Amino acid sequence: MTEPVLEVEGLVKHFPVRGFGASGVVHAVDDVSFVIGRGELLGLVGESGSGKSTVANCVMRLVTPTGGRVRLNGTDITHLSRRALRPLRRHMHMVFQDPYSSLDPRMTCGQIVSEPLEVQGLARGRDLDAQVGKLFDRVGLRDELRFRYPHELSGGQRQRVGLARALAVSPALLVADEPVSALDVSVQASILNLLRDLQEELGFSCLFITHDLATVEYLCDRVAVMYLGKIVEVAPTRELFATPRHPYTQSLLSAAVVPDPVEQRGRRRVVLEGDLPSPLAPPSGCRFRTRCPLEERSAPESHEEEPPLVEVAEGHFVACHLVRRGETPALFTPAAVAQ
Amino acid sequence: MSLLAVDGLSVRFDTDDGPVHAVDRLSFTLGESEVLGVVGESGCGKSVSFMSLLRLLPETATVEGAATFDGIDLLHASPARLRSIRGRQIAFVFQEPMTSLNPAFKVGNQIGEVLRRHLGLSRGDARRRSIELLDLVRIPSPERRVDEYPHQLSGGMRQRVMIAMAVACDPKILIADEPTTALDVTIQAGILDLMRDIRERLGTAIVLITHNLGVVADVADRVLVMYAGRKVEEAPVHELFARPQHPYTNGLLGAVPRPGAGRLREIPGRVPSLAELPAACAFAPRCPRADQLSRTQVPDLREVAPQHHVACFHPGPDAEATA
Repeated sequence: MTEPVLEVEGLVKHFPVRGFGASGVVHAVDDVSFVIGRGELLGLVGESGSGKSTVANCVMRLVTPTGGRVRLNGTDITHLSRRALRPLRRHMHMVFQDPYSSLDPRMTCGQIVSEPLEVQGLARGRDLDAQVGKLFDRVGLRDELRFRYPHELSGGQRQRVGLARALAVSPALLVADEPVSALDVSVQASILNLLRDLQEELGFSCLFITHDLATVEYLCDRVAVMYLGKIVEVAPTRELFATPRHPYTQSLLSAAVVPDPVEQRGRRRVVLEGDLPSPLAPPSGCRFRTRCPLEERSAPESHEEEPPLVEVAEGHFVACHLVRRGETPALFTPAAVAQ
Repeated sequence: MSLLAVDGLSVRFDTDDGPVHAVDRLSFTLGESEVLGVVGESGCGKSVSFMSLLRLLPETATVEGAATFDGIDLLHASPARLRSIRGRQIAFVFQEPMTSLNPAFKVGNQIGEVLRRHLGLSRGDARRRSIELLDLVRIPSPERRVDEYPHQLSGGMRQRVMIAMAVACDPKILIADEPTTALDVTIQAGILDLMRDIRERLGTAIVLITHNLGVVADVADRVLVMYAGRKVEEAPVHELFARPQHPYTNGLLGAVPRPGAGRLREIPGRVPSLAELPAACAFAPRCPRADQLSRTQVPDLREVAPQHHVACFHPGPDAEATA
């Protein structure tokens, strides 16, 4: 394997909270490690409050991690100052969820896309103009839209502007935080196709954050599943969808609805009891134990000890006591395997 | 005999920029304890049509057509008559449970209000019944939850409270507008199970408005697909997914990522402006099958199979999908 583009090692992010008489620490991300290779698309999946966006913000250094290391192209950026970080910013860029609030309403779309090039001093004058024109063409926007403002564009067009801006400086890493969640189904499809085409053409690596499993399956090479600030399972996409090991991954896959009444009504669902525990006081031992349908089998170990991520097959890591003991939790069997 | 019959429903908003035709001559029926899925993308008129039935729209809206529920003409009923129907016979569940619940009142009081107003229960009876209802929607320890405020509950829990409020008076119809869109998938699964359960136990007919084809595949009996204010296709759920006829339905189904299926289908172009009613098929500018006929005439709904209606001059499965 060539040198990875992004290495995240033991990443921790805690947010202190005060007020309403209670104070404490939100354990948003706790000891998360992963690597993204050159040209690789890693999907980071989890439900609200799992800490996936905080991971993205730490990687982008929009927030400073509490602990751990983030290395971009081999350079440790965990504690670099804003000034020291600035020249490195051209190697990573971000696309946000909401194309309505992530574009400056007072700039034309052309200005929005050319800004990163100007800031990084990569192009000016006629050259800048030509590059912006090329970017608009590449993301499938008509050239005249360069002189329009974001509010004049549809959601899908705006997300294309966001993509053009992110790719303007040819970053090695693209961080995409739920880039299609705010869009309609048919528009989602065109943005996902575009992202896939651009990746093939330009070869950037991507950290793709989403709650939608189907999107990950379509787009990503590898998937990491997060629950309450921890990665519970990582595997190559096909393997994860064919043989999910962690009980949480299995319940997540079983809960996702598929647009096929025969298959959808034929599947058995693993319903999780209760709510996500508060990240102010995560459960001891295994964080998933309070909702795990197999909690009886894993107790008392799961109450006392945190399960480490263990490799169960090549490139397939699982953090579960049962799996480590050699038992195979089988709450849900994907249809592809059952047939 | 259908519970609700809507015939030629049109909704127009008069705005400063001229009229917006949100719904154009929509007709459909809803049977007893039937689950009807209404599918379409933002702005297709799916929410507006159902809000107009109970006259929940602002005054700028002009509603035409006829809607008969239980022998009552909803669109011409007196305000008093409507009040006795809203919440009691036809109840709504909205997408955002946080903004639809009043943050200043305990959930027990909010459910109780419905019971006291419509059924004339006393304070004590309303409280007891509220606890039963919270239990019905499977909220754990309802005796404690009844005295909590909305902010103390999780998103899934709040949606359960909304459903408890909606079924409080044992309505004949429950209209759920994107009830799971704001929720995580594991929570969504629970809410969908609850809807199924309510239909089975209480016999409530449910209208499920959603953009998620997976949700429809899961719980609906019959599906209505809307585009630009018009109904473009309607069929029993298995029939629709197995043999989609309208190019728009085909496009929607192809746009959802699925294991093993190749590149996602895109629908070129964008949703038309609703400023004027096109004297043509509204989907024609984005349609691969469009021809002279679809650009000059509005296609009528026709039956292509039992109970399967399509508004298209060239209905059929997609060449691409079958290839």
